[in-house]
Amino acid sequence: MENVSSSANGVNREFVSFHVGTQEFCIDIMGVREIRGWTQATPLPHSPTYVRGVINLRGAVLPIVDLAMRFGIGLTEPTARSVIIVVQVHQQVIGLLVDAVSDILTVAEAAMQPTPDIASELAKTFVKGVYAVDGRMISIVALDSVLPVSSKAAA
Amino acid sequence: MTVDTMAAIRQTFFQECEEQLSEMEVGLLAMDEGNADSETVNAVFRAVHSIKGGAGAFKLTALVQFAHTFETALDLVRGGKLAPTPEVMKPMLRAADVLSDLVEASRDGREIDESSYASIAEDVKALTVIEGEAEEEEVIDFQPAVIDIGGPEVAPEPEGPKLHEYRIKFTPRPELYANANEASLIIRELSRLGQIEVNCDTSGVLDLDAVDPAGAYLSWDIKLNSEVPIESVREIFEFVDGEADINIETDGQPEVSAADIASLLALALGGNSTSETPAETAEAAPEMAKEPANEAASASSALTETPKNVAVQAQTTIRVEFDRVDRLINLVGELVINQAMLSQRVVEANFAGSSSVVIGLEELEQLTREIQESVMAIRAQPVKPLFQRMSRIVREVADATGKEVRLKTDGEATEVDKTVVERLAEPLTHMIRNAVDHGIETPEERVAAGKPPEGTVRLSAAHRSGRIVIEISDDGAGINRAKVRASAIKKGLISPDAQLSDSDIDNLLFLPGFSTAATISAISGRGVGMDVVKRSIQALGGRISISSRPGQGSTFSMSLPLTLAVLDGMAVSVAGQTLVVPLTAIVETLKPKNGELHGLGAEGRVMAIRNTFVPLIDVGTQLGFRDTPADPERSVAILVETGGGARNALLVDSIQDQRQVVIKSLETNYGTVAGIAAATILGDGRVALILDVDALVTGTFEDHLGESLRFGT
Repeated sequence: MENVSSSANGVNREFVSFHVGTQEFCIDIMGVREIRGWTQATPLPHSPTYVRGVINLRGAVLPIVDLAMRFGIGLTEPTARSVIIVVQVHQQVIGLLVDAVSDILTVAEAAMQPTPDIASELAKTFVKGVYAVDGRMISIVALDSVLPVSSKAAA
Repeated sequence: MTVDTMAAIRQTFFQECEEQLSEMEVGLLAMDEGNADSETVNAVFRAVHSIKGGAGAFKLTALVQFAHTFETALDLVRGGKLAPTPEVMKPMLRAADVLSDLVEASRDGREIDESSYASIAEDVKALTVIEGEAEEEEVIDFQPAVIDIGGPEVAPEPEGPKLHEYRIKFTPRPELYANANEASLIIRELSRLGQIEVNCDTSGVLDLDAVDPAGAYLSWDIKLNSEVPIESVREIFEFVDGEADINIETDGQPEVSAADIASLLALALGGNSTSETPAETAEAAPEMAKEPANEAASASSALTETPKNVAVQAQTTIRVEFDRVDRLINLVGELVINQAMLSQRVVEANFAGSSSVVIGLEELEQLTREIQESVMAIRAQPVKPLFQRMSRIVREVADATGKEVRLKTDGEATEVDKTVVERLAEPLTHMIRNAVDHGIETPEERVAAGKPPEGTVRLSAAHRSGRIVIEISDDGAGINRAKVRASAIKKGLISPDAQLSDSDIDNLLFLPGFSTAATISAISGRGVGMDVVKRSIQALGGRISISSRPGQGSTFSMSLPLTLAVLDGMAVSVAGQTLVVPLTAIVETLKPKNGELHGLGAEGRVMAIRNTFVPLIDVGTQLGFRDTPADPERSVAILVETGGGARNALLVDSIQDQRQVVIKSLETNYGTVAGIAAATILGDGRVALILDVDALVTGTFEDHLGESLRFGT
């Protein structure tokens, strides 16, 4: 990360891109553990609305975060096409519920643009930056902010 | 050597210290019991010596100094110059405690004030002077003490010292360095024995990029001129036994092993005295011949030495990180669930009972169960180290209260899950303190009551019907029920006219805030009482009971699950969700009738159970699974008991069944959830939540619920 600016051509990074509502997001492929279909989650009491519950991932209990709800876009109605992207955030493994996975992108590190300065909570909290790919805007999700602060502190 | 490897070696050193300390403790306790055979004393000596050696390598001066003092005293015992009488053993045991404190402090990078253990160090030092053995040098030094290795050399050498020339080829293996030993230290020790000439053989050194940083490439040719016998030379290498290739030649003769001597002796006894017998053996042989019976025994013991070593090596253990074991346990849990699902499918597919699919599946089921049991056994640990720690507590408390107490342990080999062992330490410590502080009387009182002045605290562990039962009993005065009762009345815990049976009174001890000690002592009156003990036992899924006979003592008995990985629970349905209620909390299940329910306050409800009213908790609304309370008449009430003996009724929709569930942590990937203890995975692969009955009842998560729970306060 540190040597990004020093390199003239930039380092290439790979991202998994996906749709949440009508918007397109991506996360670093290195953080992605697996992608699996939607299964009914067991709701957790007193959890924020964007935590859809927990599922069994080969013996581990995996919390599922509804990214659309987390980003304030609205509750996701899981369909057969909905997928769970299993990601590692620090020591935790969580599942992100998204509408569909679209692509794997290879982009130059240096091509990342700062998040456009709009006064929305979504942009400020959850987007690290954006890429322009074939005329589309793809936002890079800041995974650190996805889980609620309280549960991270408790873990 | 990189910082990482140093850290790893350091960690290994402290891990081994723990083992050495435990071995030392076992040996010392055995000596204290009067079993001071040479093997035990040697084991203790070796343990302290190893700690000292390792500590020296890490420049842990305080530890080295104390270990040295301790070792010197032990050496006298080993040499038979100091008898392990109780007067001697007492400071020894205290010294052992100090040594473990020092090791612990060194591990955590703390410093212990030297004055805190100076008196014990003095006591131990005093032991070494009793015999008039002038301690010429107080400098830290590895004294090449001549020891009897159990070989044929029984009598001291009759003639004066003579100069031997030893040629030593010393080739460390990587294990030597991995075990925090250092070749240069060995050589330095050798140099203390006499004139030394060292040549380092660097032929094994590779190119820099081919070098394994953890490897061993050097070997040394050492020429030593010394008066000491070969045993002393070999003793220096005792430390690195099996970690280096060592070849010692004396005066031009190859090294003679104990087994060789024995076979030579056999030859000599047979009348075929050989001219090649090395000087030492030749001296020993006639000595032996005078005592044929003795000799036969020594010879055979020397002969069995080699196979004994082999046997020890066969029982090797490996160190595995707990993460790896846990991962394995998780996978096996998953396997069990998968197998259950498969069985379900096969049943649904209507295969004939005799079909190969069904038979194959049954075999799979059996295998899975065996795998699960074996994997669980990996986490199992004997309670021995835990019990050993308790003997220290007994010593400390007995000293502080001026009582004479002996701890007797039983069933130390009983195995239980590692986590259970760890989490038992605190409640057990507390109970042992109580037993000594409150249970055992002072020596004068005991004598007056016709008992021996020394009290006994017994700590035992045993497996009983799939659980582990741990009992702590003392032969003290027993519970003073009148005093307990009076105290409970004074504190308003019971009404003055309450009719209580003896066991009811005994159980008052478990009530929060109860303490009978007239004056709060530094030992057991520290604001936590038996209620805390009970809570921690319950948190482990255990139960605790008490029995006491006046004048004869009290017994606390704990029954705990063997593992925390599985739990006996009752599966219930609430608002379409399956929840698991831990069986240990459940008293009974009831079907509420209309007349039994009463409102209390705005939203509170109570349920009448045999003329007592218990709060009724609607699990569905409490957990936020639904907004409107369930209709009690179409629900089931589960009467639960929580810490402190409070009873509550939990209202659920229906009971599914009773089953054993595998406990899965919610904290790993998410965090704590109020009212939920953990999660589990059901036969259909879905996650079910395990209720935290205590939290649910006491409403400790009020803040999360906001206003809705604020009734009645």
